[in-house]
Amino acid sequence: MTGTVIPAGFVPLADAAPLIIAQEIGFAAEERLTLDLRRAPSWSSLRDMLAFGQVDAAQMLAPVPVAAALGLGGINAEFSVLSVLSVNGTVIGVSRRLARKLAAIGHRFTFDDAAAAGRDLIAAAGRDLRIGVPFPFSMHAELLKYWLTALGLAPPQEADIVTVPPPLMADAIRSGEIDAFCVGEPWGSMAVEQGAAVLLLPGRAIWSFAPEKVLAVRSTWAETESDLSSRLIRVLWRAGRWLSDPSSRGLAAEILSSPRYLDLPAEIIERAFSGKFTVTPQGQQRQTAGFVEFHSGAAGFPWQSQAQWIALQLAERNGIDRSKAVEAAGRVFRSDVYRAALSRTGADLPSASSKLEGALAGEIVVAGESGPFNLLTNRFFDGRVFDPQAEC
Amino acid sequence: MPDALSIIVVEADRERAFMIVDGLREAGNFDIQVISEAAGLARRVQARDPDVVLIDIENPSRDMLEELALATGPKERPVAMFVDRSEDGLSAAAVEAGVSAYVVDGLQPARLKPVLDAAIARFRMFQRMRIELAEAKRALEERKVIDRAKGMIMKARGIGEDEAYALLRKTAMGQNKRLADVAQALVTAAGLLS
Repeated sequence: MTGTVIPAGFVPLADAAPLIIAQEIGFAAEERLTLDLRRAPSWSSLRDMLAFGQVDAAQMLAPVPVAAALGLGGINAEFSVLSVLSVNGTVIGVSRRLARKLAAIGHRFTFDDAAAAGRDLIAAAGRDLRIGVPFPFSMHAELLKYWLTALGLAPPQEADIVTVPPPLMADAIRSGEIDAFCVGEPWGSMAVEQGAAVLLLPGRAIWSFAPEKVLAVRSTWAETESDLSSRLIRVLWRAGRWLSDPSSRGLAAEILSSPRYLDLPAEIIERAFSGKFTVTPQGQQRQTAGFVEFHSGAAGFPWQSQAQWIALQLAERNGIDRSKAVEAAGRVFRSDVYRAALSRTGADLPSASSKLEGALAGEIVVAGESGPFNLLTNRFFDGRVFDPQAEC
Repeated sequence: MPDALSIIVVEADRERAFMIVDGLREAGNFDIQVISEAAGLARRVQARDPDVVLIDIENPSRDMLEELALATGPKERPVAMFVDRSEDGLSAAAVEAGVSAYVVDGLQPARLKPVLDAAIARFRMFQRMRIELAEAKRALEERKVIDRAKGMIMKARGIGEDEAYALLRKTAMGQNKRLADVAQALVTAAGLLS
């Protein structure tokens, strides 16, 4: 054990990689930290472990800390987001029965066109579509609601979005309890391997730069442990940089496959990192670039505008005042702490803490604190732009 | 006196479910039902409309119950929540013990307390039994390995059982290691060489 031990929780998913790699490859040790990694069986239990102090840091679905700040979901805890851990990384799949219907109406399963896939899905499934997501407060649920509503099928009135734990997703779709799912890898690929599902879209086809998982701590911990917070942010930034190197993919998948972490075959985990998917039980392949991003385009930066987008989606559905939502979101994503931790490290840091979401049709070069760097494509499938300024 | 609290226990393991139910019966007069399957959990809980749901924290299906938290909207009474936050100590104890409770119908913390106390006690007892069983198993495994190592030493050196055991013990003490670890190392090494 090196230096200070931080108990940290994760859920067995490919995008738990930054925390696991930080410990296993030695980035934690470089900052004199040891991450005591605890695998959590569910998001609600990880949230409670964090709230009640069994862990001090946790991988978390980006909407969970925002929901908590809005008083949603029954828990009365204050969380702070120190870093985004991953951008994108989810996959949408359909039952084999629904896949046959889609094929019958001429859907081509190109795995990249959210508008076409959504329209065909609605045409094939009609109005009784039931879709599984891992948790009520998740980017999975937000992306599905955004996507289907924009195409004229508004949940919850016209489609059901229900919670199914990722390891049970294959069973649920096979038994007909759900017709489709949106889930983090490798659980979509596991459902394909088990012959239960066909993959329709990567989540990034709906929003190409969606904050997926974040590193959450108790807000009181962030205040009293500001030095540990900074070191943790640097550790995760280095782990993300390591993961973004294509030559790391095989080793990363190998490490994650260990019984202590995901306990699943490395070959299936690696699909998330390479973007090379087997989309049907018959073995059809699709390639998608940037399926999950840990580093490029300042992926770790917790943008105020990301938190505000999430907060406003939640506020709208739950009848919460919009200005209250924007204000709460501003407290949760700690752009200031992240910026301070990485200044003078040469990390790409944007000069603003808020941006238009959905306004980048391609990569662009922007000015940063330590020189220019690239922001990645940031686009909603329907071309809408979210302007946080207009919400204040 | 209000009516008996209705409680649903979500537990796939029959023995464990019995144990929790027994614990609850001892703690008070409750109307208890057990659900053992994950499929459609939230729907079935909702259909039975209990006051409290108890579930193991290790159970991934717990996330399905979080949906109930939103089912009736935030403006009404707290619907489904992790144990009442006004009893912070109790909540932390519940997390430690591995039990989570969902109050499906806004409920006085005072009425919830005996339920949780009983559940926490039973969960702890079960954890202890599991640890004891694991330790008993390990002790048995270790004795087997030590016996094998002893046998190898006796054969290789032509010495008696007591002497072989003494030699193992001396080596372990000299290296500041556990007897079972030294024995295991010997058995592994012998396996590689043969």
